[in-house]
Amino acid sequence: MISYLEFEKPVAALEARIAELRAASEGDDVDISAEIKRLEAKSAELLASTYASLTPWQKTQVARHPMRPHFKDYVEEIFDDFVPLGGDRYFGEDEAIIGGLATLDGRKVMLIGHEKGHDTQSRIRHNFGMGKPEGYRKAVRLMEMAGRFGLPVVTLVDTSGAFPGIEAEERGQAEAIARSTEACLALPTPMVAAIVGEGGSGGAVALASAERVLMLEHAVYSVISPEGCASILWRTGEKAPLAAEAMKMTAHDLLELGVIDRIVEEPAGGAHRDRRETALALGAAIAQELDALNKKSSAALRKMREDRFLKIG
Amino acid sequence: MSWLSRVRNALPFGNKRESPDNLWVKCPGCGEMLFTQEYEANLSVCPRCGHHGRIGADPRLAQILDEGFKLLPAPKVKEDPLKFRDSKRYTDRLKAARANSAHPDAFTAASGHIEGRKAVVGVQDFGFMGGSMGMAVGAAFCAGAEKALAEKCAYIVVTAAGGARMQEGILSLMQMPKATVMTRRLKEAGLPYIVVLADPTTGGVTASYAMLGDIHIAEPGALIAFAGQRVIQETIREKLPEGFQRAEYLHQHGMVDMVVERKDLRQTLATLLDYLSPAKAA
Repeated sequence: MISYLEFEKPVAALEARIAELRAASEGDDVDISAEIKRLEAKSAELLASTYASLTPWQKTQVARHPMRPHFKDYVEEIFDDFVPLGGDRYFGEDEAIIGGLATLDGRKVMLIGHEKGHDTQSRIRHNFGMGKPEGYRKAVRLMEMAGRFGLPVVTLVDTSGAFPGIEAEERGQAEAIARSTEACLALPTPMVAAIVGEGGSGGAVALASAERVLMLEHAVYSVISPEGCASILWRTGEKAPLAAEAMKMTAHDLLELGVIDRIVEEPAGGAHRDRRETALALGAAIAQELDALNKKSSAALRKMREDRFLKIG
Repeated sequence: MSWLSRVRNALPFGNKRESPDNLWVKCPGCGEMLFTQEYEANLSVCPRCGHHGRIGADPRLAQILDEGFKLLPAPKVKEDPLKFRDSKRYTDRLKAARANSAHPDAFTAASGHIEGRKAVVGVQDFGFMGGSMGMAVGAAFCAGAEKALAEKCAYIVVTAAGGARMQEGILSLMQMPKATVMTRRLKEAGLPYIVVLADPTTGGVTASYAMLGDIHIAEPGALIAFAGQRVIQETIREKLPEGFQRAEYLHQHGMVDMVVERKDLRQTLATLLDYLSPAKAA
């Protein structure tokens, strides 16, 4: 059962009506299949037109949708033989950032990404996708290993931000993030990052400093959450829709600004309506990028990555 | 306008800032009233409680570098790339900040000598829009690093920032990897990169070039953080420990090499530069 977002209410009403008619038509002699078909077409059209013109704030809602595909869904749908690797070797294992060896349609890669969890229990275990220093240090360890063994790195970015807490500060959250960004830039092998949900600030950029950055159509990527921006600049979190607009955080805007390189389209009505189709589209795009990067030397890859960021702004 | 403010505005005193060049300052640490001249002669450190006050780029450069240093030209960047507007236009905020500053943005670099040792020094000014990191700050940081690479000398950066400049949105975030490209180049060239963390250094600045130095020096009492205290408190709903995110706390937790008083900073840097001589690097 899908949970509807506020702006999807008209679609929800139509779909409820269709379900009602379906239920009523069962065992009934009157044929209303034509009517159902008509409503279905109308509903699909409404959904498509709604999603074709989402505001940045609505996209933020879609990017945070609880049913949106997460790291584990992508592993299940498009990666084979995933071997998760745990721990930063200094302090602990952070399940907000998962990493390991994986195979993408025959290509061996190091896969790293945020996992938000899908129910209360798993959300707590994964700390809602908010990484701690040990998570970023694990990412550094895995990236360095990937470099040594000639494995390309693929990251799936989906976090509201790095965890803001006492123990995270104590253990050097800022340093861990900085080192993770540095590790991305130092990689001698190809790196492809994909913003699949929320790309929240430093906690995102630490895994997204790649030479190719992809973004799902309705994902968002920003320096601070719209609520945070609004509460600082407008002095009230209620202005979040305005802040979302002003910050230019949608895939379309970021492509124009040169912050991302490619948009991966989502199924009609957003990734959460068809997780498999979303994953397959993303997998195909990543594979294509990897193949194009594969031919390049380590020096060329590093230069490409460095130039990419030196050029921005 | 209330009658009170009408009367107040009519009084010949003006506001505090415009009074005969701030004869007195109140120490933000202990509240003591101090003679501005004496306070500044004491490097803006309170002689009573030792509080290290925030200082701008020019006094900071003069405190660290030998006389005769040269300012690097401020790199040109695209202004207001997002046409950002909150309650005010970003361009108006920039104008207001520039009216109060000798420099076009929050990061100023200079090349010169520290007690005779060649160095490039970059300074972030909290007084300019909270020292926030946008494209101009990122570009000036990189220009300083380029200069150090060209001169084959050390790069010393004094950080102070509330974080990223939100009015530049994602482009401010992109300054993190951008600056990191340069810290890596310094490393590869065998040149020392030393960070002096001044009050306050937070957010994306801390989480990039402020934490990637060969050596981290913090000023006493400086707030050094990734997340702001209000955000942490709202997230965990616990009382924060005493001295949390202060220089001494970071020293205890292994994130900075030393806490150095401002009066000793120049000499400390000179000593470090003697040890970390670029000539010794391969």
